[in-house]
Amino acid sequence: MSLPTEIKIEKPSKERTGTPLLEINNLKQYYPIKKGIFSKTVGHVKAVDGLSLQIYPGETLGLVGESGCGKSTTGRAIVQLEKPSEGEIIFDGKNISNFTNREMRSIRTELQIIFQDPYSSLNPRKRIGDLLSEPLLFHKLATPSEAKKKVEDMLEIVGLPKSYRNRYPHEFSGGQRQRIGIARALILNPKLIVCDEPVSALDVSIQAQVLNLLKDLQNEFNLTYLFIGHGLGAVKYISDRIAVMYLGNIVEIAKTEEMFKNPKHPYTLALLNAYPVPNPHLRGRQRIVLEGDVPSPANPPKGCKFHTRCPIAQSKCREEVPVLTGVHHSVACHFPIN
Amino acid sequence: MEEYLLKVDKVQTVFKTGKGEITSVEEVSFQLKPGQTIGIVGESGCGKSVTSLSIMRLLGKHGYVKNGSILFNGKDLAKISEAEMREIRGNEISMIFQEPMTSLNPVFTIGNQMMEGIRLHMKLGKKEARNYAIEMLNSVGIPRSEAIMNEFPHALSGGMRQRVMIAMALSCRPRLLIADEPTTALDVTIQAQILELMKKLRSQSNTAIILITHDLGVVAEMVDKIIVMYAGQVVEEADVFTLFDNPKHPYTKGLIGSIPHIETHQEDRLISIPGAVPSLQNMPTGCRFHTRCEFATERCLQEQPNLIQLDETGEHKVRCWLAEEEAYVSRENKEVFV
Ligand SMILES: Nc1ncnc2c1ncn2[C@@H]1O[C@H](COP(=O)(O)OP(=O)(O)OP(=O)(O)O)[C@@H](O)[C@H]1O
Ligand SMILES: Nc1ncnc2c1ncn2[C@@H]1O[C@H](COP(=O)(O)OP(=O)(O)OP(=O)(O)O)[C@@H](O)[C@H]1O
Ligand SMILES: [Mg+2]
Ligand SMILES: [Mg+2]
Repeated sequence: MSLPTEIKIEKPSKERTGTPLLEINNLKQYYPIKKGIFSKTVGHVKAVDGLSLQIYPGETLGLVGESGCGKSTTGRAIVQLEKPSEGEIIFDGKNISNFTNREMRSIRTELQIIFQDPYSSLNPRKRIGDLLSEPLLFHKLATPSEAKKKVEDMLEIVGLPKSYRNRYPHEFSGGQRQRIGIARALILNPKLIVCDEPVSALDVSIQAQVLNLLKDLQNEFNLTYLFIGHGLGAVKYISDRIAVMYLGNIVEIAKTEEMFKNPKHPYTLALLNAYPVPNPHLRGRQRIVLEGDVPSPANPPKGCKFHTRCPIAQSKCREEVPVLTGVHHSVACHFPIN
Repeated sequence: MEEYLLKVDKVQTVFKTGKGEITSVEEVSFQLKPGQTIGIVGESGCGKSVTSLSIMRLLGKHGYVKNGSILFNGKDLAKISEAEMREIRGNEISMIFQEPMTSLNPVFTIGNQMMEGIRLHMKLGKKEARNYAIEMLNSVGIPRSEAIMNEFPHALSGGMRQRVMIAMALSCRPRLLIADEPTTALDVTIQAQILELMKKLRSQSNTAIILITHDLGVVAEMVDKIIVMYAGQVVEEADVFTLFDNPKHPYTKGLIGSIPHIETHQEDRLISIPGAVPSLQNMPTGCRFHTRCEFATERCLQEQPNLIQLDETGEHKVRCWLAEEEAYVSRENKEVFV
């Protein structure tokens, strides 16, 4: 008996060319902390604190970092589910951060998001067919009969039988629901999809189905992804470039291969190192185990925010904030590795 | 056979429901020696937690072990009285759960909760119990342990709570520790801390560990042997190296092939196991995996395979007709050629 083999698909290498599809400049998202009977604001959770990045057409940018570092907040700001406290978001050449609701509606269809939890993100009282056709009808992109056809096509594309359009979400497994989430995002023909941990809630064998599907769809429809993830394996598998976040900022960003071969930020190195490798022959290798917990984003450390856990911090790190520098491989560290 | 600390033999666990009995775990068998770590892996709902709760006899009002035996130190845990079981639970066998908040009582301080178990099982006075609790907190790397004794659980971070849970679970020097997804809710850098801690404690005290996880990376890092469960049954058992290098069951092969590792190339396609796990109410006849198995034959549809030994040592076991036939053929050949 041999391993089930699958065909290799040659993926054209996607070079970053021309203008970015999405550009974020100095994004800040502060949430007020309120206390007392008058709900006085006593401070702010600095969920995202001056973040800048570019995403190029057709690429997948992976976004990784520990819980609470601001990945989902960044994703929500991109698809305009929340107004940022500060900063601009330029999509397809237009500054959408100060768009009115009406202006926003015109590009709503081009920016979509897939959520982590396939259970809570689908309205349990609606049939799949209605869930999928609603946005088409709302944006007047199809007549009811065209919409019905489109829903059937879409179900087929994500690998579900057409007849499923009459079913309710609870009749599906986790992997199937996530396929429905993908179909819903895809049906409007978007340019950019923010995938917020789309496989984290799924079983390993089902994760592979969904990751393969996302890759196939990207090739077929020339999609651009921001892929937010916890599991480093999945992020590496799907991303062309990876950005590492720590406490509301990007600390390093590089091409995937380069990032794994040559991490420059001590946090990136520790993160890559902490990930348990599914290969028992590699156990017992030297590991860098970071001490302590992630500090609170309500009260981040001064200077470099990582200095409280950094094994190589020096006095400069406690005082000066490092800036993200470098063209192809950027890092925000006063003493980058090699 | 005194060398085994735990011998689980053909355990069947059922729950009484409104619609009759449902069988969650069917014929689960494995053995564990002192100081050994066994990993249980498999998809959500396959019976990992129910297996461990059967050992702890914490199945609630409606669940019970219907068949089989659980020999711990020569005593059958499925048969002894509840009073005897209470003596063992939290003393000789203790358990850590995925979400520490569900097992820490929110209205008592950490100190109160730790001292309760210590005083009950170790028969120590108040002052000695307190000192011992502080010592345990120190040993799991909790800073300011004296102050933490007076804190309530909600004041601690996820990683700290999990460390408190481990300190509590280990305080009575159990001979068996059951850890059900102990790091799933934690970040990778915190997970690395907890895994290192468990390794240290294991080598210091020769505790046997049952580690339940869906993360094959954690398994590769931590365990001596693995059982793979599918739909309530053990489908394969082997030492960790054999299982990763030479898996025999098509489900195990699929599971290992479907994890994107750091070494997976982007052009590679992940192996995905089609379909989803069958429900308990709707178990297929024959081999339970046949609905998703690309090698299934007529026999697999009709007859249920047994868990058979593949090698002379009996360490590698598999429940699959194809592997059984293959093993038979190679044994025949050997006899011919030797
Ligand atoms: N609506 C909100 N109000 C107040 N605080 C918030 C809000 N949304 C997020 N936060 C806080 O902002 C920080 C960043 O949260 P975010 O959800 O972006 O993190 P994340 O990187 O996506 O984490 P995870 O990996 O756990 O999903 C956290 O400290 C979070 O508690
Ligand atoms: N108290 C209960 N009453 C009825 N059925 C139950 C009960 N507890 C568990 N089950 C069922 O037994 C089966 C095995 O559940 P179990 O919790 O052991 O799965 P698991 O392998 O631990 O999954 P997960 O990875 O999601 O934790 C499931 O189908 C579950 O629905
Ligand atoms: Mg998030
Ligand atoms: Mg479980």
